[in-house]
Amino acid sequence: MTRKATLTRAQFEDRLFGVLRWFVIAFLAVITVAPFYYMVLLSVKPIDALLLDPGSLWVSAKDFTLSTYRDVLKSTDDGGQGFVKFLLNSALVSLGTVILTLLAAVPGAYAVSRLKFFGHRQVSALFLAVYLFPATLLAVPLFVIFAKLGLSSSLVGLAIVYVAQTVPVAIYMLKNYLVTIPASIEEAAAIDGAGRLQTVRKVILPLALPSLMATGLYVFMIAWNEFLFALLFLAADPEKWTVSLGLAQLSNGVEVPKTILMAGSVVLTIPVVLLFFAAERMLTEGLTSGADKS
Amino acid sequence: MTTAPVGAPKRRHTSPGSADRSADRRRRPMTASRRANRAGLAFVSPTFVVVLVVVILPILWTVLLAFQHARLVDIQGMGLVGNWSLDNFTQVFDSAGFWSSLATTLLYTAGATLGSVLLGLVAALALRKPFRGRGLLRAAMLLPYVAPVVAVAFVWEVALSPQYGVVNDWGHRLFGWDNPIAFLSTREYQVNLLGAHFDIPLALLTVIAFECWRYFPFAFLFILARLQAVPAGLEEAAMVDGATLTQRFRHILLPQLMPVIALLCVLRFIMTFNKFDDVYLLTGGGAGTNVAAVRVYDFLTARYDVGAAAAQALVLAVSLMILLGFYFKFFGNKVQEES
Repeated sequence: MTRKATLTRAQFEDRLFGVLRWFVIAFLAVITVAPFYYMVLLSVKPIDALLLDPGSLWVSAKDFTLSTYRDVLKSTDDGGQGFVKFLLNSALVSLGTVILTLLAAVPGAYAVSRLKFFGHRQVSALFLAVYLFPATLLAVPLFVIFAKLGLSSSLVGLAIVYVAQTVPVAIYMLKNYLVTIPASIEEAAAIDGAGRLQTVRKVILPLALPSLMATGLYVFMIAWNEFLFALLFLAADPEKWTVSLGLAQLSNGVEVPKTILMAGSVVLTIPVVLLFFAAERMLTEGLTSGADKS
Repeated sequence: MTTAPVGAPKRRHTSPGSADRSADRRRRPMTASRRANRAGLAFVSPTFVVVLVVVILPILWTVLLAFQHARLVDIQGMGLVGNWSLDNFTQVFDSAGFWSSLATTLLYTAGATLGSVLLGLVAALALRKPFRGRGLLRAAMLLPYVAPVVAVAFVWEVALSPQYGVVNDWGHRLFGWDNPIAFLSTREYQVNLLGAHFDIPLALLTVIAFECWRYFPFAFLFILARLQAVPAGLEEAAMVDGATLTQRFRHILLPQLMPVIALLCVLRFIMTFNKFDDVYLLTGGGAGTNVAAVRVYDFLTARYDVGAAAAQALVLAVSLMILLGFYFKFFGNKVQEES
């Protein structure tokens, strides 16, 4: 009797959650895709079409336009919004950040993962602790220092700040990968007469290439998406704006039609999303490795 | 560990350096550990210098600034140590919005943390078993997390706009909303439910919803990775014993997931507590969403009062540390297990 009751309960639950599961999946699909669909949709409409029928979920053939993209990309001299310039700024800052961060993080990650030196535990804890400090705590002194050095409203200064933001997470990701490379490979290199530096350059770095790529991409994404420091340092100088900052500043005003700014959002989003999908597996593994240990 | 076969990519959980060193020691018994020590310090020093210059020194300077009268205009000629005072802190604690802002920050942080982790858990459970299009959905679900915050905040802003937003338009069509709802600028929204009136902090809830939406993929990734590492045998055994789906979740999966969930909660709590851009972009800190990070920014840029901004940031950091201290005191074991 009780056995039968449990069975029916099990069957009931299996069916209930079997159905619920599909609702959840549909819900997730809608909430993740819909905002991006909406973004692209509005970016190919003229503003009149949006104001006329704000609820419309598609774009009719006669309304379809790409002039929004032309407007947003054109330089300000030609009456556009100058996003090409912003894209260039963003790309410079982000690539600079990636290079500087990797240069700073690789030796540290290697040391933390391999070498037992005085205080190595404290150092890795310190690197993680840095990650926990609020950006606002850094914002105040950096703002002042940069004002003093005359580096405010400079892209170099911004890249340096981003390095500070990304070094800890880069070390964490690289370290997680480096510990999976067997020490015996290094020992073999040492027996063959390679010094420590040579081993790192010729043996470890090539082996860690996937992880370097993943870390670099993640850092690129952080730098590309960053907003607070760009706002603090560059707000006064429209020539230096990054795409994120440019979009945020323009969307505060009312002069630029929303559909044109939507085109700007698409332009801002596409590089990160493309990069991300190109390397999705690598990235998610790099981020979560260590989370799956039992 | 010391005799790991060549090419075996064994993951080492505990201090990988020790294996390295004992192997070295066998070969060069005298100097191996000293060499490792020296090489370690040499390798770590460039990283350390970078972190020192761009992170640690600025933070220390924030602490100094918090105890000084400092406005941006007179900072040029100011030395490191000026006239000390506690004025900044009295100003921070006495100022009208401080306590309410701290309360708002806590509500926002707690809501966004729980919401995003819960949604991530549900998503991970739903996507656990393969189905057609799972890979595609999995990739799509990471979109909110990887897309630039400025772009997605702008989309939300437009979609929720009372004038030309899609949400209000469909709310009018489907639910017969009489007046468009200004989601991002309504401090208190009156809801009538079964004859009772409630005031809900609409703008704050909207910002929390945005935060949940943006960060559930983060939780989803971690929980899914852990979920796939749960040995299948455990659940099969429970199934043979007649455990139902909910029982298996409660007694088998949840205990396995608890460490990673606890870790995620801590991480998200810290990140959200200090979050600036999401709130700033959506509401500008208005309509009852004046979280502490936005206040720091206001002090810094609207008043150029560096001292007060530093004091405010410091108070924020200290309150976060106190909260974390409490957490680790009472629930610390779970997180430690994980990390």
